[in-house]
Amino acid sequence: MILGRAFEDMCAQMYYRGKMFGFVHLYNGQEAVSTGFIKLLKREDSVVSTYRDHVHALSKGVPARAVMSELFGKTTGCCRGQGGSMHMFSKEHNLIGGFAFIGEGIPVATGAAFSSKYRREVLKEADCDHVTLAFFGDGTCNNGQFFECLNMAALWKLPIVFVVENNLWAIGMSHMRATSDPEIWKKGPAFGMPGVHVDGMDVLKVREVAKEAIGRARRGEGPTLVECETYRFRGHSLADPDELRDPAEKAHYAARDPITALKKYMIENSLASEAELKAIEKKIDEVVEDAVEFADESPLPSRSQLLENVFADPRGFGIGPDGRYRCEDPKFTEGTAHV
Amino acid sequence: MLGILRQKVNAGGSPLLAFGQRIRPALSAWRGYSSAAKEMTVRDALNTALDEEMSADPKVFLMGEEVGEYQGAYKITKGLLDKYGPERVLDTPITEAGFTGIGVGAAYHGLKPVIEFMTFNFSMQAIDHIINSAAKSNYMSAGQISVPIVFRGPNGAASGVGAQHSHCYAVWYASCPGLKVLAPYSSEDARGLLKAAIRDPDPVVFLENELLYGETFPVSAEVLDSSFCLPIGKAKIEKEGKDVTITAFSKMVGYALKAAEILAKDGISAEVINLRSIRPLDRNTINASVRKTNRLVTVEEGFPQHGVGAEICASVVEESFGYLDAPVERIAGADVPMPYAANLERLAVPQVDDIVRAAKRACYRSVSLAAAA
Repeated sequence: MILGRAFEDMCAQMYYRGKMFGFVHLYNGQEAVSTGFIKLLKREDSVVSTYRDHVHALSKGVPARAVMSELFGKTTGCCRGQGGSMHMFSKEHNLIGGFAFIGEGIPVATGAAFSSKYRREVLKEADCDHVTLAFFGDGTCNNGQFFECLNMAALWKLPIVFVVENNLWAIGMSHMRATSDPEIWKKGPAFGMPGVHVDGMDVLKVREVAKEAIGRARRGEGPTLVECETYRFRGHSLADPDELRDPAEKAHYAARDPITALKKYMIENSLASEAELKAIEKKIDEVVEDAVEFADESPLPSRSQLLENVFADPRGFGIGPDGRYRCEDPKFTEGTAHV
Repeated sequence: MLGILRQKVNAGGSPLLAFGQRIRPALSAWRGYSSAAKEMTVRDALNTALDEEMSADPKVFLMGEEVGEYQGAYKITKGLLDKYGPERVLDTPITEAGFTGIGVGAAYHGLKPVIEFMTFNFSMQAIDHIINSAAKSNYMSAGQISVPIVFRGPNGAASGVGAQHSHCYAVWYASCPGLKVLAPYSSEDARGLLKAAIRDPDPVVFLENELLYGETFPVSAEVLDSSFCLPIGKAKIEKEGKDVTITAFSKMVGYALKAAEILAKDGISAEVINLRSIRPLDRNTINASVRKTNRLVTVEEGFPQHGVGAEICASVVEESFGYLDAPVERIAGADVPMPYAANLERLAVPQVDDIVRAAKRACYRSVSLAAAA
């Protein structure tokens, strides 16, 4: 959680210094959800995220260096600078995207869950009990793909957990103004799956709910819809002036900061001392500093990288004059047409 | 027609069966061909290609509306549910965005989904996943996430189904890097290209034509072999000629061949190129042909602006400008949404006569002179 917070704060600094660009959506305030859920996963389990994906990547184990480098658009990034802030992928960690459009990630996550079931039942990989977590926000719950996939996931008993990070605002559209019935968790039972509401500012409560939902999916008992009530402490993106949210509302949730709350709990229950917590923070600051240094010093992608990875198959660009498959495009951008 | 079919699907009950039974006589038992006659319908070519690839690789599965118990809206998936079971032939609800995205997600994990759109018109509901989730992921993930998936179904104008059900999407998908776009004409194309598409590690958009499903084509023993596969990105010269090149894909290849027959009677030798692959486009074969014939007519059913013909024309102007003896003739669908009335519909898509006329113009032979000859 502390890594997520420190990382995102650093992103804001780097964005304002021009080190990263485009849309950058920060996760501050919602850390309990990412940590509460993703830290229960095995490496083989998949996570599908949204455009607000940096911290999900970190929770899933993608190194801070690789995420920061990706944000800097460097070749050492987790996608060699070809993905960017909203498109974090790591095959090694089974982070299968960063999806920039509302609702887009849900079917893909459902497909990942489908593949687990297929591998177990058709390909006879008996030990394939991999679970997929689909993260998305309150705004997405008004999109058709959400309902289409709740239906199919329940129908086919897929090993998936739909995690709604209800931060109450879809950019400037209040959840209350956008949804006929604001209690999203209720939509689970409508499709024949459990729907659970949890305080998304309390990592221990999230973890408890997540354990049950992930366990259910792993046992082959089907999907769960979990609504985590949370709040983003910053604007929608770093380009959002954030003028519509009531300062009193912001203050209310700021007082429920999940990191402050966990620290208080740990000290009160003698699980850690103030000094130990300080030491963790210091260590995390060093990790983030190191990530920035690493990203800053890393090389930009080379020109040749422009045309790489369009296809998995190098023959994707067609057949050349010599009758063999071509491995590069016809150089339209150079204004000539040498095929 | 599809609209009606959909209503029937929604209503359920006996109309479905009636439709199925009406279709069934059109189906031939393909196995009958392998020993004696060397003919096959496009429908059977697609069906056998799916069957063989599913049999060869357990990672291949089918997903779409009515692909299972109903045996396919156009019976392309006939018999596959019985053979491979409901785990590999999945009937989905009517949720294009949902099941297309599910297919893409399954492909991220190494499965090889074949997603059927009842028609490509419905792929508009799912185009976000075809473009944004399938075509771009390999690049965005720097090669970590490849997407071996096939999107297939009938494309383009059918007959009497109006504007929303009569639309060629070839150039929509062909304009997007990361996709491969194939359009078979004959049974040989259908078998060889579908098998290539399924084996390909990248997303392939496979554009069939409803009106070709029932057409029968001769097939060689090689084509019937289960190892048969065609290269993606290679056009086929269906008929050699020396006076004018005619490019076409899908149903229009048949029209171009008919036009070539008529032209031959007037002493014009037309070379007909079946593009087979819209992306990658076989620029070499096209340009080599134009350098030989010095004249070009492009034919497509889709809209003219920014069309396949426009791209071919650009390629020939860039590479073979000096070889052209006449302006390029571009035959395309009319630049209007498809009208319903049969007479207007006929006017809205290219006819054989249009191709003949254009080829004669390119050869500086007026229609009246030709008629006199």
